[in-house]
Amino acid sequence: MNTHTPSTTTVESTQKASFSSRFHVRSISGLIGLILVGFWLVISVIGPMLSPYPPNDFVSNTVFGPMSMKHLFGTDYLGRDIFSRVLAGTPYTIGVALAATVAACLAGVISGLVAAAATSWVDMTISRTQDALISIPSKMFALIMVASFGSSVPILILTAAIAYMPGSFRIARSLAVNVMTLDYVQVARLRGESMPYIIFKEVLPNMFRPVLTDFGLRFVFIVLLLSAMSFLGLGIQPPEADWGSLVRENIGGLSSGAPAVIMPAIAIATLTIGVNLLIDSIGSKSVQH
Amino acid sequence: MTELVKVCDLQVAVRTGAGVDVPIVHGADFSLHKGEVLALIGESGSGKTTIALSLMGYARSGCHIVGGSVQVDGTDLLTLSDSKLTKVRGRTVSYIAQSAAAAFNPAITIMNQVIESAMIHKTCSRKEAEKKAIGLFRELALPDPEHIGERYPHQVSGGQLQRLMAAMALITDPILVILDEPTTALDVTTQIEVLRAFKKVVRERNTTAVYVSHDLAVVAQMADRIVVLKNGEIQENSLTKDLLIEPKHEYTKSLLSAMKPESRQDTATQTIMDLETSTPLLEVRNLEVCFEKDKRVLQDIDLKIRRGSTVGVIGESGSGKTTLARSIVGLVEPSLGNIYLDGEALNASASGRTREQLRRVQYVFQNADTALNPLHTVEDILARPLSFYHGMKGQKRRDRVAELLSLVHLPDSIAKRRPTELSGGQKQRINLARALAAEPDIILCDEVTSALDTVVGAAILELMADLRQKLKVSYLFISHDISMVQAICDEVVVLYSGFKVEQGAGESFKRPPFHPYTQLLIDSVPEMKQGWLESTGANHEALPKIAPEKANVVLCPFLDRCSVRIEGKCNQVIPARKKLEKGNQIFCHHSFSNQKAQEIEVEKQPISQLQSV
Repeated sequence: MNTHTPSTTTVESTQKASFSSRFHVRSISGLIGLILVGFWLVISVIGPMLSPYPPNDFVSNTVFGPMSMKHLFGTDYLGRDIFSRVLAGTPYTIGVALAATVAACLAGVISGLVAAAATSWVDMTISRTQDALISIPSKMFALIMVASFGSSVPILILTAAIAYMPGSFRIARSLAVNVMTLDYVQVARLRGESMPYIIFKEVLPNMFRPVLTDFGLRFVFIVLLLSAMSFLGLGIQPPEADWGSLVRENIGGLSSGAPAVIMPAIAIATLTIGVNLLIDSIGSKSVQH
Repeated sequence: MTELVKVCDLQVAVRTGAGVDVPIVHGADFSLHKGEVLALIGESGSGKTTIALSLMGYARSGCHIVGGSVQVDGTDLLTLSDSKLTKVRGRTVSYIAQSAAAAFNPAITIMNQVIESAMIHKTCSRKEAEKKAIGLFRELALPDPEHIGERYPHQVSGGQLQRLMAAMALITDPILVILDEPTTALDVTTQIEVLRAFKKVVRERNTTAVYVSHDLAVVAQMADRIVVLKNGEIQENSLTKDLLIEPKHEYTKSLLSAMKPESRQDTATQTIMDLETSTPLLEVRNLEVCFEKDKRVLQDIDLKIRRGSTVGVIGESGSGKTTLARSIVGLVEPSLGNIYLDGEALNASASGRTREQLRRVQYVFQNADTALNPLHTVEDILARPLSFYHGMKGQKRRDRVAELLSLVHLPDSIAKRRPTELSGGQKQRINLARALAAEPDIILCDEVTSALDTVVGAAILELMADLRQKLKVSYLFISHDISMVQAICDEVVVLYSGFKVEQGAGESFKRPPFHPYTQLLIDSVPEMKQGWLESTGANHEALPKIAPEKANVVLCPFLDRCSVRIEGKCNQVIPARKKLEKGNQIFCHHSFSNQKAQEIEVEKQPISQLQSV
């Protein structure tokens, strides 16, 4: 690692030192990002339990009601409580996006490593297939998928994962190709090590940080893609709603400045900005003072 | 004469993460008269570059100048504001960096870069600057001075680029020039050209210069006065001639002695002679390596390494020495020829060899920084070959790691550290210990000391000689440093652009005759005495082109640079391999003897016959 030189000699402390320097949040903006992301992760788990009203019940006679003590974020176009609906939408937005990101990055990194390590024609086959996928615009692809298979949570996850896998593959492959040429990988090859050993012990740990940064970035893209899908009415289907569908449902309230449309939009913004700030601080090299 | 540059009590510190200043230069004092060349010499980390940079009022990021004064021509640079300093840099004081290849912008023509500082400081018009640059190119003995400026940096050689950088530094007629290890990255034969050009320019223009280097022999040629540094402190400041003859400080003495490798041919040589008839441990027969289609980087290489012996391979960069080692271990597949271990042919590629074969031949990479995985601890690194080859586990393996560490003279406590926390010398020792962990029969060492300081490098060589005695391991030693190789190797092979031009016992490289290329190499190694640069035999001006009489004929590879070539012979037929009286085999038309040298048959038996041996 770059900053600290642990003078301690026990295994635990060395590991801890490297862990903390890898994840050390070095700036105020990074701290803000961490707080925002942490907040939404917690909400996605405990949010539904905090909800004051059942999210799909009509609880008020006013549509697009203002913020009040009774309805913290006001009410929507059918008189449902927006605060409860935002809380209920959090697991959808974050859960689906997270699952899709994990799937995209896992598939991308594994195929990237295989391509970098394998013979040239295997590499060519994988790379050209991924190139073909990357050339399809992600929203077009998502629309086609939903049109052919209908909208459901598994289909959404699969769609987002396939759409964002090639980018992850490209990054992982180029990182792995660079690490593969380093002398310590040659040493392992000369020792007669198997490919899995070389990939998992020598190569993968040394691409961890950029892959993590890429993971965060991809998460943001997928949140935005899923929100856009919901906004078009092709995402999570009513009466359930994620943040994107909440914005769409309540778009009519925009002219009257209803909190029903602003609040879910703010939720999307804070989550994506938070992730961005966090990955910026993890990804940037620390400046040595 | 007044002092042009005066440095008083200069202190530079590094600020740590905790905000504490750690001093790295503790109060340096020295001064220079006009036209004087002062050398700063020391190991890496001694503060020599830090001091040199502070002469421009500059400190690298993380460092800052804490106190003292740097007077250049009456102005204290340390009191100037940043905007005033930019007027000084490149105008009053200029800098020549170690790697010209990294200092030039590859996308801009050389001329535009050379005259850039004259343009920025508006010292003269563009036309005048270009005229002046051409004059400097001529003084620096660059080929085609009128037009070389039109080329791009990748179109000239490394040595030429280094000289072009000198032209860049001199274009504004600075008061002081700083040369920071300007020849360290160059081959010895190129270094001599660059040094000669530098010296000529410095003398003719009466330039005041500070020359930073770790190489005492190089400095002896260039400097009037030498300042020896260690850990940021000046150990000695003497005139060059006094320092070389009578060093005052203990540290200077140790530097001087580290420069002279001791001869290590002892009892081992004798036992090798006894084994002459038995199967060699490793044999390379008729090896040829091609890159792409017809680009031969090695051809017709035969080599035998006997048990317990050390064979050295030398040559300049691009001679194919690393390719030879890489093809022996199976990283590069030869296009022709075979490699035999104990008489048994090895598969061309490492992936086709058995684990046992891989274990017996170990390769130590040149650069320990990239050869050790930065995320593994020293214990991980050493334990892997132990469990992989010898199936060791648990306590037994831990004990063996400790044993290996003590074998390379490192403390146990280092086992839990990672390579980034170690010094260059320590990393190289771990690199070596990893090879030893396999308990190999032969270790291929690729320039293992070239990235290290002289003193540290000498210690590594010492260690390797010890291990050879203790473990009876053989070495193939790749180096560009002929003095080191001939001192420690039983046998030496000289490569030139893929050809084996000379081969003989290490001892035999102490006295002539040699192949003309070997001669050039030997003459190019700087000697620790003043005036060597002027007197050495490697003083040839560029030779006129000699055209082969017929096209597409394979000729002596050294033809263009050879000073003793014979018109009508060397440019017509390929030379045969001959045996000199002293036993060396050379690839040359000359026989360097009054008696007619016996031409030996080049060992080219059919392969089938060889395998039955």
